[in-house]
Amino acid sequence: MNRINQLFKDKKTNILSIYYTAGFPGLGDTIAIAEALEKAGADMLEIGVPYSDPVADGPVIQASSKQSLDSGMDLNLLFEQLKDLRKKVTIPVLLMGYVNPVLQYGVERFCKACAAVGVDGCIVPDLPMVEYEELYKDTFLENGLSNIFLVTPQTSVERIHKIDGLSNGFIYLLSSSATTGQNLQVSDQTETYFSRIAAMELNNPTMIGFGISSKETFDKACKYANGGIIGTAFVKSVATGNLQENITAFMKTFKP
Amino acid sequence: MNYFVNEKGYYGDFGGAYIPEMLYPNVEELQQNYLQIINDADFQKEFHALLKDYVGRPSPLYLAKRLSAKYNANIFLKREDLNHTGAHKINNTIGQILLAEKLGKKRIIAETGAGQHGVATATVCALRGLECVIYMGEVDIQRQAPNVARMKMLGAKVISAVSGSKTLKDATNEAMRDWINNPVDTHYIIGSVVGPHPYPDMVSIFQSVISEETKKQLLEQTGSGEPDYVLACVGGGSNAMGMFYHFINDENVKLIAVEAAGKGVSSGFSAATTFLGKEGVLHGSRSILMQTADGQVVEPHSVSAGLDYPGIGPQHAHLFKTTRAEYVSITDDESLHAGLLCTQLEGIIPAIESAHALAYLEKMTFTGNENVVVCLSGRGDKDMDTYMKYFGF
Repeated sequence: MNRINQLFKDKKTNILSIYYTAGFPGLGDTIAIAEALEKAGADMLEIGVPYSDPVADGPVIQASSKQSLDSGMDLNLLFEQLKDLRKKVTIPVLLMGYVNPVLQYGVERFCKACAAVGVDGCIVPDLPMVEYEELYKDTFLENGLSNIFLVTPQTSVERIHKIDGLSNGFIYLLSSSATTGQNLQVSDQTETYFSRIAAMELNNPTMIGFGISSKETFDKACKYANGGIIGTAFVKSVATGNLQENITAFMKTFKP
Repeated sequence: MNYFVNEKGYYGDFGGAYIPEMLYPNVEELQQNYLQIINDADFQKEFHALLKDYVGRPSPLYLAKRLSAKYNANIFLKREDLNHTGAHKINNTIGQILLAEKLGKKRIIAETGAGQHGVATATVCALRGLECVIYMGEVDIQRQAPNVARMKMLGAKVISAVSGSKTLKDATNEAMRDWINNPVDTHYIIGSVVGPHPYPDMVSIFQSVISEETKKQLLEQTGSGEPDYVLACVGGGSNAMGMFYHFINDENVKLIAVEAAGKGVSSGFSAATTFLGKEGVLHGSRSILMQTADGQVVEPHSVSAGLDYPGIGPQHAHLFKTTRAEYVSITDDESLHAGLLCTQLEGIIPAIESAHALAYLEKMTFTGNENVVVCLSGRGDKDMDTYMKYFGF
């Protein structure tokens, strides 16, 4: 049981997960942000591994990724920065990134590096389920990593069950089929979709992400899932100004 | 050896569908339906009728006598430049718009670099009355103003891609983002043999009319449908795949794919993917791409906007790895001189893309009897600015 499984065992509702881009706003901010977020009440962290061509991301995360890459971030540096992660941070940490940098680093080497620094799971949106199952699943599991799959309103029931069977952490529900950074509009349709998923009684817990930007939208997400994931709104809030003050102020709106 | 796609969407080690879940339903819908739709007799009838009466096919296979004399071989030019809209791109957009209609899609999106695929897409959208949105890098919009105007005149909305390097790669990213955000009513017409399965296969099937015709025409003109060499330029590789398609299993035919070396393969300003790239994933498929050790995609360079792409289609990667086709490269300078030579010997101004294929003739040696087919994938009107500046006309 890794830290992700433990978290969902201990806490069933209102789980707050924060996404941020590694090496942004400052190249050396990766660990400081993790520490500050845990202190301010985050339950889980998703550290974005920047990529040159992030097709699932909107402009804010694209820009943060570009800035991080331009200032010299790569996977070697990221794992170096995360070396002392577990001396400073106790909550579950995932890496979220695109498949090509992971392939170039080497999937096995990547999984071992994650395990060595205490990363608990990965979200690789463009790694197909079938390739994961056939080629990489064993390596992920041997290293104690949860691989997180996405589900959208268009994902078929059959596929959701398949995803549930392959998941070992939580399932990432997208509020709509969208790139990151759109605003969550809970329409009747979305509500039907969230309720439909809730009624499926999946084996894995669920977290709702994409489009959650405020306390109000976070609370809506928590109505239907174990918690919510905030990305773009957080990245935007730390882009300029004093990092610690920004994080404290941002988290205050969610954990008053 | 199987050089074509297998049931899992792979060509040997390459291909697949490396897409985020948001695109899965769209791509799966295509995977499940594309072959059935394309092979349907009514579809074929309509597709071929449009190719004949609207595009102007078959395009001629022209024995270029003065080029032949210069190179001491029988040089045949497959005249895709004579197609409506001036390049091979329209073969694919006609096919995909009919397919989009069969799938009930109401809105078309596409990426474009130089604007040729954008114009070909806007053209078929006007023809069929569908909404059309074209993504084009901000940099390309500035350097390809006439094509931007053509797309607008055809009724398309041209959206400037301002992310990344603001060129073709980023226009493709933006089109994919649009598709993610519009998952139900939109079809994405990818312009090359790239993207997640089934795009590489689908686009090559639509472009395969090039080699299908060539085989027949060559048989009529020479008594043999089997040339010694077939040459085509490769950016993503759609004209090359169309030109190679019906010759791939004919192992006596040597296939030569000409990449853009830009200012030289080692200059840091090149688009010669097989020389500079490594295996990886770009735009939804496993292929060969130019990238850093960390897997970040590198910005390519070529004088020819149509070859200015950091990857090649997965089938090309397979043909390269199995050595079924030979991958070579030609510099900016060599291509421009070959374009001028073709113009002055044959009275045909080629697109600079196609001029890369012509330029490789200089590097080959012939004995006088070889039949050589070069795909003249597009006309050079769009490149007059570049030719004028380079030669000072």
